[in-house]
Amino acid sequence: MTNQMNASRKASGPKLDATPAKPTVKAAAKKSTRVRAVKRTPAEVTRLTEFYRQMLLIRRFEERAARSYTQALIGGYCHLNLGEEAAVVGLLSALAPTDYLFTNYREHGYAINRGIDPNRVMAELYGRIDGVSKGWGGSMHMFDLTHRLLGGYGIVGGQIPLATGAALAIDYRGGSDVVMCTMGDGTTNVGAFHESLNIAALWNLPIVYVIINNRLGMGTTVEKSSAEPELFRRGAAYRIESARVDGLDPLAVAEASAQAVAVARSGKPYLLEVVSERLRGHSVVDPAKYRSETEVAQLREHDPVVTFGAQLVRDGVIDANGMAAIEHEVTARVDEAAAFAEASPTPDVATLFDYNYATPVANDSRRLPGQPLFEPAPRPDLGEDQ
Amino acid sequence: MTTMTYRQALHDTLRAEMLRDENVFLLGEEIGVFEGSYKITAGLLAEFGEKRVRDTPIAEEGFTGAAIGAAMLGLRPVVEIMTINFSLLALDQIVNHAAKIYGMFGGQAKVPLVIRTPGGGGQQLGATHSQNIELYYAFVPGLKVVAPSTPADAKALLMAAIRDDDPVLFLENLALYNTKGDVPDDDTPAEIGKAAVTRPGRDLTLIGYSRMAHIAAQVADQLAASDGLDIEVIDLRSLRPLDRPTIIESVMKTHAAVVVEDDWLTYGIGAEVAATISDGAFDYLDAPVRRVAMAEVPLPYSKPLETAALPSVDDVINAVHQTLDAVGRRHQKVGHD
Repeated sequence: MTNQMNASRKASGPKLDATPAKPTVKAAAKKSTRVRAVKRTPAEVTRLTEFYRQMLLIRRFEERAARSYTQALIGGYCHLNLGEEAAVVGLLSALAPTDYLFTNYREHGYAINRGIDPNRVMAELYGRIDGVSKGWGGSMHMFDLTHRLLGGYGIVGGQIPLATGAALAIDYRGGSDVVMCTMGDGTTNVGAFHESLNIAALWNLPIVYVIINNRLGMGTTVEKSSAEPELFRRGAAYRIESARVDGLDPLAVAEASAQAVAVARSGKPYLLEVVSERLRGHSVVDPAKYRSETEVAQLREHDPVVTFGAQLVRDGVIDANGMAAIEHEVTARVDEAAAFAEASPTPDVATLFDYNYATPVANDSRRLPGQPLFEPAPRPDLGEDQ
Repeated sequence: MTTMTYRQALHDTLRAEMLRDENVFLLGEEIGVFEGSYKITAGLLAEFGEKRVRDTPIAEEGFTGAAIGAAMLGLRPVVEIMTINFSLLALDQIVNHAAKIYGMFGGQAKVPLVIRTPGGGGQQLGATHSQNIELYYAFVPGLKVVAPSTPADAKALLMAAIRDDDPVLFLENLALYNTKGDVPDDDTPAEIGKAAVTRPGRDLTLIGYSRMAHIAAQVADQLAASDGLDIEVIDLRSLRPLDRPTIIESVMKTHAAVVVEDDWLTYGIGAEVAATISDGAFDYLDAPVRRVAMAEVPLPYSKPLETAALPSVDDVINAVHQTLDAVGRRHQKVGHD
């Protein structure tokens, strides 16, 4: 195993992150609590404060979503970004508004951070007409062309070929936009991941593949599901430059993301592994009994939102009043989103067939379950009674 | 009007659409340097270059998905999947993504995609290379499935499919590539969702599509000569949407129907057509709707076994005879003549 690892590092081809990987959360979290230079320019203060505000917004939004779910205001599956806030904010900070984002089904935070009105994200969770996908998608399928969120996708890995094709379209037209495509750690074992990375490398496509490695695919660990658990190394098979970054540190993620996006903008794919955390179960209904109490306690210690907030206070970037003001503002914003969602109407059943096809087509079926295909047409030469 | 092969009609239409719209591009295995496994794309790489005629690795899920993603950004990719059997490797992208994206996101993203792929058995290709599984796609709302049987329809339906803003599975057939027919010189796309009555008649409706539309026509000709029967033939042309009104209108006139299909019987296209007739023209039927379909086995390699498993002209003639015999109409007819 060790020999194989050494061999892969020595191999020629793409440049890999030379620093030793940090497979444990403990190691990753240590880095994020490191005290930084206290002297900040006003622009830096604004940026750091905004990072924190965005992270807290995702946190409070997701907590609210969990509550609404238990109140049966939200249906279906509901996967939360709790623990992933630093990763979301850091990753998307490197994208231009015209760049494209494809995600998996754990995407509420990405939608909000991309600039979509939280009211509309919450309304989608509630299945209402004002939702980002007009109530057709739900938690797993958020889409907004204006903000170039080209979809959350519910099938593990389904978004990867699509994102690759979006990058192909950009390249085809000679544009300078890039595509970012996020996925979970378990996704790196589906065929679509490997087929797509191969195609992106062959065709020099402008795309950043992001693995959010929270160490668990539902309840299965990375070590149990991936023969190469240092997932970023999988880029080497396709000569795709890759790196791993501490996903609990928003600034480290932002820096790594900027580098990845720069490579993509130069016309080459990039693979970025973000070592993250999942503070709760796979979805709202999962009690995560496969995790020990010690592990859960550790998770809380490494909470990225709490850690980053404390760091900003310690560094004098935000004072206690400032923190309270952000908390107040974010909580109010989430309350507003929930109130908006609840007040938004459900879609009219008469619109059920509105999105059958983009190009109307002859003989399209618009039959409700209880309706016959045809109105009864008795044969005229037979009596009604026959 | 020009007489040409089905293959030539496809080739010429692809070329014309690429000249008309620079968003149209082709991708698939062996379509460029090799010029296509069935030579539909011959010469197109030389004319349009690698950007628009893209050889892909053997990765159906990857390149079909990439085509869907490119279509979401407004390109008009035409994917060639070497045979419909291999489309199973792209099933998730076709069914869970191409078919869903328009509706699932509330109409915000269109997927103007064409997947061209041939079906067809009877060429000793064995069990995995001889399937007719267009039914899998015809089952799925959000997809359109067309199946031209003539060079003229190949042109008109391919034009329609490429210009359509929805994902279209365009079913070709190995046995049809070399067939010839008249093709109009004008550029009028066909209307997707419409069947064609290719031969009007009064005694029985014979329904087929793709290769089986030819078998149906052949049977109608033969029975006109041998029995004096006047059989109406419907070429479905579109499997989703299915043109139910044309089927019903015909059966109301003929009072009897036989469906011929190149797929397996159980749950097949014929079952859907028969159910449609039962729903819309029950009172008009003088006999149960018969289906002539493949034997329900993985298609064997050995020729006699393969031939026995595939529906033949004689099988269809027998089914027509039995259907008309059931109500004594063939006898009557022959008697009159």
